[in-house]
Amino acid sequence: MPVVSYREALNQAMDEEMQRDERVFLMGEEVALYNGAYKVSQGLYNKWGGRRIIDTPIAEAGFAGIGIGAAMAGLRPIVEFMTWNFSLVAYDQLVNNAAKMLSMSGGHFNVPIVFRGPGGAAHNLAATHSQALESIYAHIPGLKVVMPSNPKDAKGLLKTAIRDNNPTIFIESEVMYGDKAEIPEGEYTIPFGVGEIIKEGSDVTIVSWAKVLQHIAVKAVVELEKFGIHAELIDPRTIKPMDWDLIVKSVQKTNRLVVVEEGWPFAGVGAQIAFEIQHRAFDSLDAPIERVTQEDVPLPYAHNLEVASLPSVERVIRAVKKVMYLD
Amino acid sequence: MATKIAMPKLSDTMTEGIILKWRYKEGDKVKQGETLVEIESDKADMELESYDSGILRKILVPEGGKAAIGAPIAIIADANEDISALLAGSPIPATIVAEKKASPTVTPLESHEQSASPSQTAAPTNGRLKASPLARRLASENNLRLDSISGSGPQGRIIRRDVEGAMKGSTAKSLPQPTIVPGTTQDVELSLIRKTIAKRMQESKQIAPHFYVTVEIDMGAAIEFREELNKASTSKISFTDIIIKATASTLMKHPQVNASYQGDKMRQYGYAHIAVAVALEEGLVTPVIRNCEQKGIARINLELRDLAERARNRKLKPEEYQGATFTISNLGMFDVEEFVAIINPPEGAILAVGSIKQKPIVRDGGIFIGNTMKVTLSSDHRIIDGAVAARFLQEFKKTMENPATLAL
Repeated sequence: MPVVSYREALNQAMDEEMQRDERVFLMGEEVALYNGAYKVSQGLYNKWGGRRIIDTPIAEAGFAGIGIGAAMAGLRPIVEFMTWNFSLVAYDQLVNNAAKMLSMSGGHFNVPIVFRGPGGAAHNLAATHSQALESIYAHIPGLKVVMPSNPKDAKGLLKTAIRDNNPTIFIESEVMYGDKAEIPEGEYTIPFGVGEIIKEGSDVTIVSWAKVLQHIAVKAVVELEKFGIHAELIDPRTIKPMDWDLIVKSVQKTNRLVVVEEGWPFAGVGAQIAFEIQHRAFDSLDAPIERVTQEDVPLPYAHNLEVASLPSVERVIRAVKKVMYLD
Repeated sequence: MATKIAMPKLSDTMTEGIILKWRYKEGDKVKQGETLVEIESDKADMELESYDSGILRKILVPEGGKAAIGAPIAIIADANEDISALLAGSPIPATIVAEKKASPTVTPLESHEQSASPSQTAAPTNGRLKASPLARRLASENNLRLDSISGSGPQGRIIRRDVEGAMKGSTAKSLPQPTIVPGTTQDVELSLIRKTIAKRMQESKQIAPHFYVTVEIDMGAAIEFREELNKASTSKISFTDIIIKATASTLMKHPQVNASYQGDKMRQYGYAHIAVAVALEEGLVTPVIRNCEQKGIARINLELRDLAERARNRKLKPEEYQGATFTISNLGMFDVEEFVAIINPPEGAILAVGSIKQKPIVRDGGIFIGNTMKVTLSSDHRIIDGAVAARFLQEFKKTMENPATLAL
């Protein structure tokens, strides 16, 4: 199987879908001539030209709106936000037009659009450029939220998102763009709402996604094995729809759940997971569900405070020990 | 609001209690319903919950210390409240007494018996047991009472491992061997439970004139009966279970033996509440299986397992070791051929059960290798005569040798 980076996997997905469907096009800041701020669209301008790979002004509300209009008119746009932090300028377009058009037009206008770009903190980018915003998009009816944690899922899920007839929020990670892994040979897609067990275990279920899954939870699971604790690690891959059955089945086995996420605690995705699991698997729980989240503060610039604020391996281990009554 | 916490009366025979462990330090915040202190009574270790919220201002009896029932052991008050009056031992201001009348921690406990003593099981707070949802489900699936399980989670929450521990049942824990350095003497402080045994056994033997009658029982049929029962039963039926049932059935036909001496009268019981002696490290307790005359052997087995396990963990509630009409003491597992037991007052008799031994048996003019068991009835001669005891044992022997009648 070929080994590719996360950014190459995304590039392949867009390239293959542009080949497959001529209505697909990409627009955003620096996506064309500069080959993308993070080189995700490397080579696409040269291959597909300026009609399908379009540089936009620094005006997120404007080009998000243009994308939505194009989708209503029958095209299938991919709109890149240089980071999801900048989507906040276009939040009204995403929430009030993209998400609601199908419903408010009585089913007349589908909006088959993908908004994509990196989310979450990188390193020392300070409060306004370090936000994990999945919960505020997952909150909105009409939006799907996809957060792949590896190259295989990035490619398969982006192809599914492009083919989907409704708007998709596709959140990548700056820190993961260079991560390399094997992907399947040839054409494949991955359906929404189907999670994956990254590692099987019997003692505790850990649900995590995207960057904190790969860079924190996986390491914590390895550490926990040293204590003889066998954690089951689940990657839901899509936040909405969420693969509830997979998590419920796992919790029925382990009787304990820890959710590890990069977002803030209040009304975060982990809060929703905790609600659903206590509701669907109440009689299987042997301990209150624990969450590991970013601290409830704007992310500090200072490196030591940044590290202290974000989820860490140590905090995951502490949470696991708590639900196992080992603390 | 300043409140004196008094040593509660935790059993019928308790006169004083030992503080095992304070769960809080002086100056700690204490919430109503939280376990404040662990107390050793003469029967069991129990947890006392606080009926008040406030600051634990003063611990009056340290860990290891003793206090008589009703004696103050601690003071709970607001942070800056003046507690000098309470400390000086002067009476609590009348207004406080009036407002706190309902609180068992300040009412004299002697007159209120169990209703006034704070809950003694592990986890309940304000009448609610804390247990994880999974623990509740497991307990209910396995017919275990949550209040019979002690919780090891935060604030005494019963969690999976506690229920699983209880499910392992009454696997007899071997008693640790006492140790002593050869050539030395050592004085061992008597535990409350030991003192209680000493007092009651001495009273019994001095006051009740004991006499003893022994019979030997051919156990062949009982052994087969037990094997048959165990083919059908999910939990292992013991000889003790069968002996309890046979005793109950015999007692119902011999009310003179199921009786107690009451000065100018004897009280006979129309029910068989049978106590079974359970050995603990520091003494023994006698949990009671109620209405054995109405219960099947499987039910008796289940209740005895539960009671014995909790007796070993010192988690019996007073009502579970009180009110017996008759006691059985079985030392069969120690390979004892026969022994005589001291009557457990105010009961009128006690049955001492020896081990089952392979022996030659004469039957129909021939000698066979069979299995026999000796039992000895100790009776209080003030109410039971020799012939009464003999007839009781004759009937008991007949029942044990034809155990199928127990299934009737």
